[in-house]
Amino acid sequence: MESLLGGLIIGLAIAILYLTRGNFTGISEIYFNVISINKSGFLWGFFFILGLIVGPVILSFFSYNDLGFEMPNTNPIIVILGGLLVGYGTQLGSGCIFGHGICGIGRLSVRSMVGACIFIGAGVLTVLISKSLGWVAL
Amino acid sequence: MGGAVMMKNIIVPLTSGIIFGIGLVIAGMTNPTKVMGFFNIFGNWDPSLIFVMVGAIAVSMPVFLLLSKKMSAPLFNKEGGFNQQLNKNIDSPLIFGSSIFGIGWALVGFCPGPAISALTQVDGNVFIFFIAMSIGMLIKKRF
Repeated sequence: MESLLGGLIIGLAIAILYLTRGNFTGISEIYFNVISINKSGFLWGFFFILGLIVGPVILSFFSYNDLGFEMPNTNPIIVILGGLLVGYGTQLGSGCIFGHGICGIGRLSVRSMVGACIFIGAGVLTVLISKSLGWVAL
Repeated sequence: MGGAVMMKNIIVPLTSGIIFGIGLVIAGMTNPTKVMGFFNIFGNWDPSLIFVMVGAIAVSMPVFLLLSKKMSAPLFNKEGGFNQQLNKNIDSPLIFGSSIFGIGWALVGFCPGPAISALTQVDGNVFIFFIAMSIGMLIKKRF
């Protein structure tokens, strides 16, 4: 139930950004425009990213009982490797779960549906392999 | 800075980001265990990420396909217009990039947005992931 509610709230944020600025909420792209100091994407991207951090802080004032936080794999090599792959892959594939998975599917883009199927498929295989290698216990 | 420019560049993105961040926490996407549980189809599967996608698409789809079509331009961005998808090709960067992203996502349980929101956990591993992700993006830009 929290998942559906969270999804509706995320959808609202996507709707606001599109109807007022005309931008898709591809977070990997917005964040990249900030760290690469992109001329047209830096300023508004900075405030969007700031919002991603302020939002959870505001929520914590309401002593909201969230779904917890626990990292199944804290091996530093895996954490660094995972970060590098997520950063590189989202830029090469032009999208993450929100860019392709939600904004893309939301406007019936075949390219995004293919992208989403590939990264979810790759994720399923990766967890299967991580488990069999004993890296994570799920 | 004029009122419309301030709305467009500061108020709107900050508001959208705050709402997005709250949604991520409520959906449980800032919890890597939950995200990895979604990929664990051949084990103790947690399908709830599907409901996150369904909820988000249920709101955004009518906005993309109907509501925005009835408007001549975005509210505070008259000159910019609505983003349209430029690349419709199923090409090798899409296939390789999405595969690489999927592997990284499932190794740790973070994708870019939730990794940023989870910085509020003040956890060293989230910080390390965040820095590595940023470096990965910049590496792609250089090569």
